[in-house]
Amino acid sequence: MSAEQQTEHYYIPDPSPWPVVGMVSLLTTLVGAALAINGVDIGSYVVIAGLLLFGYLLFGWFSDVVKENLSDCYNHQVDTSFRMGMIWFIASEVFFFLAFFGALYYIRNIALPWLGGDGYLGTTNELLYDGYTPVWPTHGPGEMGGDFIVMGAWGIPAINTFILLTSGATITWAHWGLKLNKQNHLVWGLASTIGLGVIFVILQAYEYGHAYSDLNLTLETGIYGSTFYMLTGFHGFHVTMGAIMLMAILGRSLKGHFSPHNHFAFEAVAWYWHFVDVVWLGLFIFVYWL
Amino acid sequence: MSTYAAEHHHDDHVPTGWRRWVFSTNHKDIGTLYLLFALCMLFLGGASAMLIRAELFQPGIQLLHPDLYNNLVTNHALIMIFGAVMPAAAGLANWMIPLMIGAPDMALPRMNNLSFWILPAAATMLILSFVVPFFPGGGSQINTGWTLYPPLSLQVGMSMDFLIFAIHLLGISSVLASINIIVTLFNMRAPGMTLMQMPMFCWTWLVTAFLLILVVPVLAGGVTMLLFDRHFGTSFFDAAGGGDPVLFQHLFWFFGHPEVYVLLLPSIGVLAHVIPTFSRKPLFGYKSMVGSMLAVATIGMVVWAHHQYTIGMSLGAVTYFMIGTIIISIPVGLMIFNFIATMWRGSMTFETPMLFAVAIILMFTFGGLSGVMLAVVPADMQYHDSMFVVAHFHYVLMPGAVFGLFAGVFYWLPKWTGHMYDEVLAKWFFWINVIGFNITFFPQHFLGLAGMPRRIVDYNVMFTEFNVVSSIGAIIFGLSHLLLLYIVIKTIRGGKKADAKVWEGAHGLEWHLDSPPAFHSWSTAPKAIELTDTYEKPQ
Repeated sequence: MSAEQQTEHYYIPDPSPWPVVGMVSLLTTLVGAALAINGVDIGSYVVIAGLLLFGYLLFGWFSDVVKENLSDCYNHQVDTSFRMGMIWFIASEVFFFLAFFGALYYIRNIALPWLGGDGYLGTTNELLYDGYTPVWPTHGPGEMGGDFIVMGAWGIPAINTFILLTSGATITWAHWGLKLNKQNHLVWGLASTIGLGVIFVILQAYEYGHAYSDLNLTLETGIYGSTFYMLTGFHGFHVTMGAIMLMAILGRSLKGHFSPHNHFAFEAVAWYWHFVDVVWLGLFIFVYWL
Repeated sequence: MSTYAAEHHHDDHVPTGWRRWVFSTNHKDIGTLYLLFALCMLFLGGASAMLIRAELFQPGIQLLHPDLYNNLVTNHALIMIFGAVMPAAAGLANWMIPLMIGAPDMALPRMNNLSFWILPAAATMLILSFVVPFFPGGGSQINTGWTLYPPLSLQVGMSMDFLIFAIHLLGISSVLASINIIVTLFNMRAPGMTLMQMPMFCWTWLVTAFLLILVVPVLAGGVTMLLFDRHFGTSFFDAAGGGDPVLFQHLFWFFGHPEVYVLLLPSIGVLAHVIPTFSRKPLFGYKSMVGSMLAVATIGMVVWAHHQYTIGMSLGAVTYFMIGTIIISIPVGLMIFNFIATMWRGSMTFETPMLFAVAIILMFTFGGLSGVMLAVVPADMQYHDSMFVVAHFHYVLMPGAVFGLFAGVFYWLPKWTGHMYDEVLAKWFFWINVIGFNITFFPQHFLGLAGMPRRIVDYNVMFTEFNVVSSIGAIIFGLSHLLLLYIVIKTIRGGKKADAKVWEGAHGLEWHLDSPPAFHSWSTAPKAIELTDTYEKPQ
């Protein structure tokens, strides 16, 4: 925060409607989702209403925060609270992904050998799936989803790795520009990061289309399809969110909201982007490559 | 823009009407909301428990359809854990942490309100999951128990989806609240207060919040997989597709076991204030308390599979999980000995919070001992899924978590309301509550050892006597909470004025503020002299 205009007291915001709006939007979205996935027609409209309200909430809440920031309500201590909050939020996200990586590890190294008749738990194999040999990637002894072709690592995934790593570099380059107070340098760094992120998402979507139409690799392709799509899908969702956040930051940069000493929002999004980047490296190694 | 800044120079004006509560950014109001919500949920969860015990009063099926019975078992657990105990502990944290560390509020006040208001939404989803099957086309009841094991949970109707989304909401709420608490404790302590001078309640919540941030997202991941297996054709928990139903158990208990410490630790923190106050001695072994708590949390993260001994893990794995589990009793025992050493040669008095504290030490230790029995693999093969397990975890969670919260409520109620509670009635509540609890759950040990399975609506006639005793105890125990409600309402409405320092043996920053404290307290950080009172701990 601006060192020259430090406010004396910790900033406690006035009563705010946004948390309750958040509650209503989450409740609406999830009730709608529960109805929609059970074939109740009205459900999807409820979901859309909930999501629109959620978008309105994000916009309204962050507008308030931006206004407060621009009017110098926040001192150094508030800034530290925001930073720590973001760090622990990312920590919780890491553990969310860890659940899926853990599932992948457990299936490949513990559950599959059992299914193939290994150890004293091998009776499942004798009784139910005699003759099944567990070789990763697999769609299980029930051959769920039919025959499929495995997604190779060295085509689009390798290119995507390169793209995301490059975008990690460009956002750092943008940060340098911000620290040197060079507007153009910052804007171009951000714009290229967003561009790379969008290319990544497009390539990923193309890859999904290719997998569905040419490889017969679908969400229903047994455990391989399940882990593949859930891990890459949640990652793709996070990249999309990250790209939207970057666009918001780009908008704020164009308005000149940031200064070399006051740009927590930029850094928070940059951290998030690096987190998404690191998750991708894990994906590339454990889902595509090994 | 400048008007914005002008608006925010803090005056002491208190918002009024419904806006004060619904739009609140005040840690005291949000703490009160948390506590009231928890009280409502306590009665809701209690009502389901009463129905369960009424059904078990006699062998045979009298009142409840078996699926409805199991649905009540599921809801009782989820409502009590996520609706009553965790929000009550979060309410104590919201009220007391800023007062204890000399902070003007929680670090992120608006997010604080969000983490509270998600809870009523989650409770709505939870209640919907219970209600939906009664409507045409609503599908079957949730008969899985709170552990939601597949493949049974894959076969339940749409109420399971409501439950899964309720768990997502509860998870978001817990993670946001935990982030807030961690940031508050790291960033908002009064200048001069180091981490090792923090009041013990703050330490326990710091560790609890870490646990929540690390394990709740894993549960969210697990139930998300469940959702996808149910509706989108994935095979995470389906052996035919190469998955494994046991995978869900691992994900669930990776969350579920640390959750036990999440429920326990805040109450341990309350004890660490109540026992020194009424023994008129400083807490014995502050550093060892912190150390053992960190040990409990760390080891507690890596022993989850002791809930799943019977699934058929390798001998190496069960041995590891058995030894790890038993090792936890060392740091937990250390905490208990610290409390006893604090009382040793103290000049003790037994006001209601202290009575609860002593009851916790006795009964929680008892529950811990039956826990060591359950941790032993060959023994657990016999106890697994019997009423012995029910008796064990109620002995751990009622004294370990709920009595600690009761102790905290009685200890701080005068601080919150400015009135003393009725000590005579409170003591009556304590005795009825504790005796009722023991009548309810002690016989269940024998039932379990004799072979009565849990989560089953009917039982063999040979188990009748102990079940009758248990159900009678449950009625006493359940009704005693109406007395709690009466005492709390009476204290809020009036009573003897409480001093700033409610208990003469109490130490800490919160006792330097009026009772009740002003709407905004510690707007300027406490002075060094007040700080000294907090952490002066002659051994």
